Amino acid sequence: MDSVATLLRRPAAASILSLIGVLAFYVIFGGVDLGQLFGAASWVNYAARIGIVAVALGLLMISGEIDISIGAMIPAGAMTTAIISGYFELPIILGIIGALTVGVLVGLFNGILAVRTSVPTLIITLGTLVAMQGIVLAGSKLLTGAASVPLQAPQWAKTVFGDLMFGGNHQVVIIWWIIIAAVFWFIMHQTKYGNWIFAIGGDKVSARNAGIPVDRITILLFVGTATAASFVGMCHAILFNSAQVSGGMNDIFNIVVSVVVGGVLLTGGFGSIVGVFVGTITFAIVVKGIDFTDIDRNWANLIIGVMLLVAVGMNVTFRKKALTAVKKKKG
Amino acid sequence: MSDKKVVLELKNVDKSFGPIDVLHEISLKVREGEVLCLLGDNGAGKSTLIKTLAGVHNATRGEILVDGEPVIFSGPRDAQDRGIATVHQFGGTYPLMSVGRNFFMGQEPTKGFGPFKVYDRKKANKIAVEEVQKMGITRIDDGDRLVGGLSGGERQSLAIARAVYFGARVLILDEPTAALGVKQAAHVLRIVNEAKKRGLAVIFITHQVMHAMTVGDHFAVLIRGAIAADFRKGEKTREEITDLMAGGQNMADLEQEIEGYMEAHDGHPPKVEPAE
Repeated sequence: MDSVATLLRRPAAASILSLIGVLAFYVIFGGVDLGQLFGAASWVNYAARIGIVAVALGLLMISGEIDISIGAMIPAGAMTTAIISGYFELPIILGIIGALTVGVLVGLFNGILAVRTSVPTLIITLGTLVAMQGIVLAGSKLLTGAASVPLQAPQWAKTVFGDLMFGGNHQVVIIWWIIIAAVFWFIMHQTKYGNWIFAIGGDKVSARNAGIPVDRITILLFVGTATAASFVGMCHAILFNSAQVSGGMNDIFNIVVSVVVGGVLLTGGFGSIVGVFVGTITFAIVVKGIDFTDIDRNWANLIIGVMLLVAVGMNVTFRKKALTAVKKKKG
Repeated sequence: MSDKKVVLELKNVDKSFGPIDVLHEISLKVREGEVLCLLGDNGAGKSTLIKTLAGVHNATRGEILVDGEPVIFSGPRDAQDRGIATVHQFGGTYPLMSVGRNFFMGQEPTKGFGPFKVYDRKKANKIAVEEVQKMGITRIDDGDRLVGGLSGGERQSLAIARAVYFGARVLILDEPTAALGVKQAAHVLRIVNEAKKRGLAVIFITHQVMHAMTVGDHFAVLIRGAIAADFRKGEKTREEITDLMAGGQNMADLEQEIEGYMEAHDGHPPKVEPAE
């Protein structure tokens, strides 16, 4: 009983319960075969796509900021790679560096604006979101004359960034997701830098007074989200041998929902990487796992909406529990 | 006068923001092992004075001396490095973080080496709980507890214990008792005494005269940016201090106003809403 109570106080509690809830719902009402579901690649691939950005966004949201320009950064990363290495036929390594550079630059832009102005980051990144959509579409038309660019990456690049593993349908990007999540978990929960990020989200003024380089960390976190998004786009361009201009609006909400279901407090200062990881899995199972049920897939959004509300409700309750928790006296 | 060593001294410090003079010719001496109470109504310039002492602002004119040497702080961090620690009303604590993490914020103990320097949670929790208990808050015995679950007084105490642990010599407490109940305030006052006993110089900002009289050795009353009175313990009564703080004249005016009302209303004082 005690260990259950301890678990419930963790930021990841709601996401784990949501995952169990969704699975139970699919088994009972959808007649899903769990073995088949866990063996399937579709939802894992999807989880990896949004999960890489979700862990980076999780860190940023714990620090109390938000970045919605990620929606434009996924296609921006893909198009940069395809234009450099596909259309101009330069070595793939330049395409990869190009995509990551675009991510770093947009992240720097967002981050510097965020610390220099008092404009809410929702508005700043809304601006860069729309601006990047324009740049990507106009740039693509200007340089290549088309909104879709083919790309043939060499085998080594495919093996590292965009290939299917074990002769099955699992994309190699899944490995990247796990590695990135592990690195971010280490930073967030094991080093002092994680402590600082929590503090920035908790009380920015006090964090600054405690000598924490608030501005530098905020900028770095923005670079993290934008680069994670362009990285995902780059992997996809290499995997699918082409890149298209797209709005990426769906990605924004899917990623934010994953982070919030994962127990990150919208106002910052609370959350965990494990929570975001599980939240992403839960989200992916709802969206892609519905194909394995008897339920019409058009219902998926309803389930997501309900799950989001329930998860956030649970988060609030559990956070209160965490605040009032007192360790029982021994003896 | 006291023969204790002066740690921090202000000599004719002025501070103005553009054309507005906020502080005017402030001279103060803060001695180790003494509590200086800075009294003043809202808007008297207390916050500006604290910020000047804490390195947030630089004085426009005049000198600040630490251990007898004139200094110009380059920022709050510089003042902290010289041992001047400020604790604000909510103590600069983070409600959704644990006691241990709060205590070591910005100065985390780590173990391991290279890129694998890991935050040492056990050590942090142990030291934090020990230090807070040494200050007399025995209710905190679990370093993993979230600070948001503590009372306002305990949060203040945590912040003061942290400043003491990290080698503060001058402790600036900005209205530490303002938002607290009677019992909680007593807690904080006890800790102020404890800090004083350890030889720290304490600057205690408040507008609650009772709290000031309980712990203060030396009092300075600030009115419209200037020191209106500077006296030592026992030299003035509580009424005199309250009067001074309200600007003397104002208090007399208020009394007259009430008396005038009573004369015009058959000796009845103004109606006061009954307490719940």
